[in-house]
Amino acid sequence: MADRATLEDLVRLQGERVRALKQQKASAEQIEEEVAKLLKLKAQLGPDEGKQKFVLKTPKGTRDYSPRQMAVREKVFDVIISCFKRHGAEVIDTPVFELKETLTGKYGEDSKLIYDLKDQGGELLSLRYDLTVPFARYLAMNKLTNIKRYHIAKVYRRDNPAMTRGRYREFYQCDFDIAGQFDPMIPDAECLKIMCEILSSLQIGDFLVKVNDRRILDGTFAVCGVPDSKFRTICSSVDKLDKVSWEEVKSEMVGEKGLAPEVADRIGDYVQQHGGVSLVEQLLQDPKLSQNKQALEGLGDLKLLFEYLTLFGIADKISFDLSLARGLDYYTGVIYEAVLLQPPAQALKEKVRTTETQVLVASAQKKLLEERLKLISELWDAGIKAELLYKKNPKLLNQLQYCEEAGIPLVAIIGEQELKDGVIKLRSVASREEVDVRREDLVEEIKRRTSQPLCIC
Amino acid sequence: MADRATLEDLVRLQGERVRALKQQKASAEQIEEEVAKLLKLKAQLGPDEGKQKFVLKTPKGTRDYSPRQMAVREKVFDVIISCFKRHGAEVIDTPVFELKETLTGKYGEDSKLIYDLKDQGGELLSLRYDLTVPFARYLAMNKLTNIKRYHIAKVYRRDNPAMTRGRYREFYQCDFDIAGQFDPMIPDAECLKIMCEILSSLQIGDFLVKVNDRRILDGTFAVCGVPDSKFRTICSSVDKLDKVSWEEVKSEMVGEKGLAPEVADRIGDYVQQHGGVSLVEQLLQDPKLSQNKQALEGLGDLKLLFEYLTLFGIADKISFDLSLARGLDYYTGVIYEAVLLQPPAQAGEEPLGVGSVAAGGRYDGLVGMFDPKGRKVPCVGLSIGVERIFSIVEQRMEALKEKVRTTETQVLVASAQKKLLEERLKLISELWDAGIKAELLYKKNPKLLNQLQYCEEAGIPLVAIIGEQELKDGVIKLRSVASREEVDVRREDLVEEIKRRTSQPLCIC
Repeated sequence: MADRATLEDLVRLQGERVRALKQQKASAEQIEEEVAKLLKLKAQLGPDEGKQKFVLKTPKGTRDYSPRQMAVREKVFDVIISCFKRHGAEVIDTPVFELKETLTGKYGEDSKLIYDLKDQGGELLSLRYDLTVPFARYLAMNKLTNIKRYHIAKVYRRDNPAMTRGRYREFYQCDFDIAGQFDPMIPDAECLKIMCEILSSLQIGDFLVKVNDRRILDGTFAVCGVPDSKFRTICSSVDKLDKVSWEEVKSEMVGEKGLAPEVADRIGDYVQQHGGVSLVEQLLQDPKLSQNKQALEGLGDLKLLFEYLTLFGIADKISFDLSLARGLDYYTGVIYEAVLLQPPAQALKEKVRTTETQVLVASAQKKLLEERLKLISELWDAGIKAELLYKKNPKLLNQLQYCEEAGIPLVAIIGEQELKDGVIKLRSVASREEVDVRREDLVEEIKRRTSQPLCIC
Repeated sequence: MADRATLEDLVRLQGERVRALKQQKASAEQIEEEVAKLLKLKAQLGPDEGKQKFVLKTPKGTRDYSPRQMAVREKVFDVIISCFKRHGAEVIDTPVFELKETLTGKYGEDSKLIYDLKDQGGELLSLRYDLTVPFARYLAMNKLTNIKRYHIAKVYRRDNPAMTRGRYREFYQCDFDIAGQFDPMIPDAECLKIMCEILSSLQIGDFLVKVNDRRILDGTFAVCGVPDSKFRTICSSVDKLDKVSWEEVKSEMVGEKGLAPEVADRIGDYVQQHGGVSLVEQLLQDPKLSQNKQALEGLGDLKLLFEYLTLFGIADKISFDLSLARGLDYYTGVIYEAVLLQPPAQAGEEPLGVGSVAAGGRYDGLVGMFDPKGRKVPCVGLSIGVERIFSIVEQRMEALKEKVRTTETQVLVASAQKKLLEERLKLISELWDAGIKAELLYKKNPKLLNQLQYCEEAGIPLVAIIGEQELKDGVIKLRSVASREEVDVRREDLVEEIKRRTSQPLCIC
């Protein structure tokens, strides 16, 4: 008895031999002979082998979206996109992969998380890591000097996903950007207005938008005595203040990053502060900060920003927070981050429909398939969303059950007597009430009952 | 003077050294020293080197979608999706890549066109080649026995793209499939109804749907004497009949594929035929075909299909065409393909087929390949060739000089005088909060002319002009960009007036 691995090899080789013969269009007898040999070998392996092995899973860190999940996704995207459109944004799309060189050198240490494509003899490619670098490439390629655009698409990062914490390797990004040289802070204010509109419309609870400025951060570090070479690393310590206490942050800065304790203390006096425009004005008077050119620029712009945010009616949602120090290196001015103030509310047990079907075309008696097909075709042609069961003689109960499961509100029941009388029985699934409707009035009646506008006003 | 390649290497190494020192948090002096060395090296290369090279192109066979192209795409998808929804389809989405083993062995010779991901130490992955195999995987994984679903997403093939013919390496597929064991031909008929509804709504011209059946083809080949082993290859020759003449096809079958000439002739008697249900009935009486079990099954199903298509009101768009022999191996029953017909240039000319815009068929064996127990889930479906449709719609719009808007902005909030930015910000915020689509120029003191020009370029129909006197009077000047007519509107009536003029429903009835 040949060992298993050898047998598997033989099976594979024999399989290839058979395929080759078929491709060469060898004689049927020859192929049959070799196929018989293959089957004998497979039989030796045992009954379960020889079937194509399927690993029924999606790749690590990725997932399918079921119809229910798509319904949720569509709701959320509708809110977001309608807000972007309300603000006059255009939309673009870019390929899922870029030339590797386009992405090289843009992400610092995160570059190791980029998915590369195999070198198959052509260009070297990588899956996009975000939508911002493709945007910059698009602007440069098309020599655009200004555009207001949104882009919703999936991006790819070879993270170590913690699926429970909603961290994936393939996930959606939803970006809105205004590119161009304009008068200061107007587009910046509009971005914050958009953020607030979206988060309010989504009804996911109260939120807060923290705002800071890269120049204020850098100016603060300078006046506190942080050495230039330590700016970025101190930045990432300070950024942790939303999760850990000041004592822990200070201890990391002094203990691990070699910052002098008195410098750390001075930083602490600043970065633990947050407030509204009054804090901006206070810092504009700060003896040390007001000597720093960068900090003054940043504070001046924030003051202007707050004026605009007040006119936009959202100043009460904005907090100037000196500990906000977001990760990416390429921010040069204002930075902001929205956080939810409490964990999302408990499930409302809201039933989500995965289809928009308005009516099921049904029959209670046998031999009425043709009538159902005729009627449903009339409904489709009139723009009604309708389904029927793919059975010649379905039972009424099964048809009603199908409606309940799918959330279909109406049933149009065809019956022999009704056909003679020129009517259709229209039944409400929820109330179980039935009424006879003249065939020529059916479309209007369905539209009326399902709140479909009869015409565009 | 070191040669250039060596210099470039030195620059790169020195750059890495500097980065490493920074990461290790070396002293500022040390870093400064190494940075100076780096700059000296770069200077030797020449003034333009050292800048980040930005290769300004998309990968071969791919393209960006500009706002104009997105507007076309959105129009087309709206028609297609609303049809799928009208027929009660659910929607799913799957990852852009699958485990390599999921795709292995499903595409025959086309497997060499699959994009693989680099082995970076984890699972071996490949970009999806179509939406059908992911669908079969999804069904098997979730142990589903029936579903009616659509899926619109990009797929990836390392073709040699002929960009002019709309052939890309990254392109959209638009699939609709009904999976499940049902009474015969009802879902098949609905697929054809959907195809016809979509192609009519898109208004891309007259079309024809050719229908055939894998069993009729196989039965025909059998009765004509084609050896089993030549079935698939003769199939692909016959499939060319929509593009080349019978003589050429026969010559390929006999000359290149080794088919006996008399067998080829017999095939020719069948495959050059096309017609309606009467052709089905005729073939059911055909002395040879009626002896072949497969052909009879296929013909019987087609007869039933035509009955349903007549009830659906689309039989006049369907042609039973015995030369239709679509590529993919996994079809097991009815197959169909929609082609656009051009209006005849002169009276009496034959309408020309300009290539397929949609296709599909029944494939009962695919899901079973994924199920560990081999459980079969019969499927029938269709795929809309949207990329081709995008080109056609774009061309049509250009020909008709149809202006396509890339935004939906209803009104620009403007000012004619200086120092009115704050008033504009206040007003536009009221409009946004009331759901009006509005923009303003990001300038403190824009000129009215520039603001009007912006509206003309973007197709914004209305301007809400703020002026000092109007503010005192509590009105806003509402101007129609097209007619240039202006009217004073009370501030509290502005929202309603804008909605009325831009046909936005005031309420959901």
